[in-house]
Amino acid sequence: MKKFKLFLTIILTLSIFNNLKSAEQIDPIKVDWSFKGLLGKFDRSSLQRGYQVYNEVCASCHSMQYLSYRNLGEPGGPEFSEEEVKAIAAGFEVIDGPDAQGEMFTRPGRPSDKFVSPYPNVNAATAANGGAYPPDMSVLVKARKGGANYIYSVLVGYEDPPEGVVLDEGVYYNKYMIGNKIKMPNNLSDGLVEYADGTEATVDQMAKDVTTFLSWAAEPELETRHKTGVKVILYLILLTVLVFLSMKKIWSRVNPEI
Amino acid sequence: MSEHEYVPKSKAGKWFNDRLPLLSLASHLTDYPTPKNLNYWWTFGGILTFCLLTQIITGIVLAMHYVAHADLAFASVEHIMRDVNYGWLIRYIHSNGASMFFLAVYIHIFRSLFYGSYKSPREIIWIIGLMIYLLMMAAAFMGYVLPWGQMSFWGATVITNLFSAIPLVGDSITTWLWGAYSVDNPTLTRFFSLHYLIPFLILGLVVLHIWALHIPGNNNPVGIDIKKPSKDTVPFHPYITIKDAFALLLFMIIFAGFVFFAPNVLGHSDNYIQANPMVTPAHIVPEWYLLPFYAILRSVPDKLGGVILMFSAIFILFVLPWLDTSKVRSAVFRPIYRQFFWILVVDVLVLGYVGAMPAEGIYLVLARVGTIYYFLHFIVILPVVGYLEKTEPVPLSISEPVLTGSAEYSMAKKDNEKI
Repeated sequence: MKKFKLFLTIILTLSIFNNLKSAEQIDPIKVDWSFKGLLGKFDRSSLQRGYQVYNEVCASCHSMQYLSYRNLGEPGGPEFSEEEVKAIAAGFEVIDGPDAQGEMFTRPGRPSDKFVSPYPNVNAATAANGGAYPPDMSVLVKARKGGANYIYSVLVGYEDPPEGVVLDEGVYYNKYMIGNKIKMPNNLSDGLVEYADGTEATVDQMAKDVTTFLSWAAEPELETRHKTGVKVILYLILLTVLVFLSMKKIWSRVNPEI
Repeated sequence: MSEHEYVPKSKAGKWFNDRLPLLSLASHLTDYPTPKNLNYWWTFGGILTFCLLTQIITGIVLAMHYVAHADLAFASVEHIMRDVNYGWLIRYIHSNGASMFFLAVYIHIFRSLFYGSYKSPREIIWIIGLMIYLLMMAAAFMGYVLPWGQMSFWGATVITNLFSAIPLVGDSITTWLWGAYSVDNPTLTRFFSLHYLIPFLILGLVVLHIWALHIPGNNNPVGIDIKKPSKDTVPFHPYITIKDAFALLLFMIIFAGFVFFAPNVLGHSDNYIQANPMVTPAHIVPEWYLLPFYAILRSVPDKLGGVILMFSAIFILFVLPWLDTSKVRSAVFRPIYRQFFWILVVDVLVLGYVGAMPAEGIYLVLARVGTIYYFLHFIVILPVVGYLEKTEPVPLSISEPVLTGSAEYSMAKKDNEKI
């Protein structure tokens, strides 16, 4: 009983602490993502649309250097067909070399190539974007507190600044961004892209699709992980039951009430 | 090593055993008399062995794919996550394995505190255990630096800078540790080298830890000396092995839950941003298992004072067997100590919590109160309570009732089962 009370005290103290947490930033919007939960999976068509938004909008500034074009056709991802992946890759100019003469040359991309970055290096990217480096998007969802919810919220969180807030040239107001100031303009507007599957390209739809795509990019193993996890845990539970019964049997020789 | 003489049955076995008594050792380990009343808190020794081996095996595989270079480390981790077959699984087991290792070691340490396992004649087991714990913290800290994310870099900067608090030679020592004038590539490569070395040192100490344990034998929930072997003991195999296996499986289910369904929940999101010496994160926080010490460090306004206090918080544990003056081992029979034990648990949890919060306002006050209480517990409460406390009657043996009647024993037994 005493221990229980102490346990209760611990929980109470910790929950009080939790409420003390500074309320300087608004919590991101909670979205019911299809990839959350124990059996969560990505929405295949949302991933494909998300890639389109990334490619047509984000990719002009944001790199995604740890992904290869072949990833787009792998299971658990957007699952473009082999031909589609080849066509996507071939649409990019890749610098290769040096050749036999020691010269660098460009060639059309292949599925094995990494995503081509919009700028040659971080400094060039920073200089071209008003002194703010557009972060690489490969693991962006994992690199932000709040993950997918946060990314989505920032994309739809642009607002006119409240009275009294003065913004410098090239700085925008965003409800969900830490500090509320962001150097990325609001790039999404209704009908900006034309989805191949006919889905209406509202800002909200595009923000959800591209966030889904970025979530996959950060965790391409997510579906395999969830599936394997369920199998592993079921196996462990079964084994635990067997071992528990064996233990009962063995210990019944010395102590029937273990 | 063993009280009874073991003679292999086969001629070849005997021939070998006379030259290298491995068979005798195996026989000792299986027959090792263990108190039959050990509860589940005693299964964490086996769980910790599992944790160490898991970290070593996954770590060896990770090292095959990892590149220890400031420009390549972050990308090589992403290579492991994306291109290496089941690389994500191996890395998530390794990174969550560190947290599970600490979870288990903290339970193991608090078990020892509750049942007085550190007391005579088990002081050496306790001290070797603390050495393992210190090495674990060093290994975990250096391992956290290897992915070369923002928290890796800035965590390394904060911790190595602690040494600059040493008067006169502090700055030289820090530069020597870094191998450069700031945390840089030489720091990363030496941390990788040491991170690979330390687990094997731990393994060696674990052998000594178990060897030292096998001299007096296990303590037990009642905390009394028992005759070995007797009806109070069971052979280690199969009784303890099967019980350890059961507990280990439960532990593995929780472990798997983290690895497969929340692999990053114990880490910091900033560590998925590549290290950048030009950008300092808003809050630099260590991994959760180091937070209580971080809180103690930051509770002191003076840097050197904070460093001294933080290290004292660990080193005070080395003299714990001599600070505790009570003749009775187990807290089951120590009504006053039992209360203080739980207060200490809460105190450490509070310290851990404020360690994660910014060092200001209410958090700083809590950190200071928590720090003062932590030291008070070991320096004042423990010696004084040992003298003043009126302990409850202790049974003569595990299977026999207490000297003064069986009522208290059954009470003690019940109490025991609850915890």
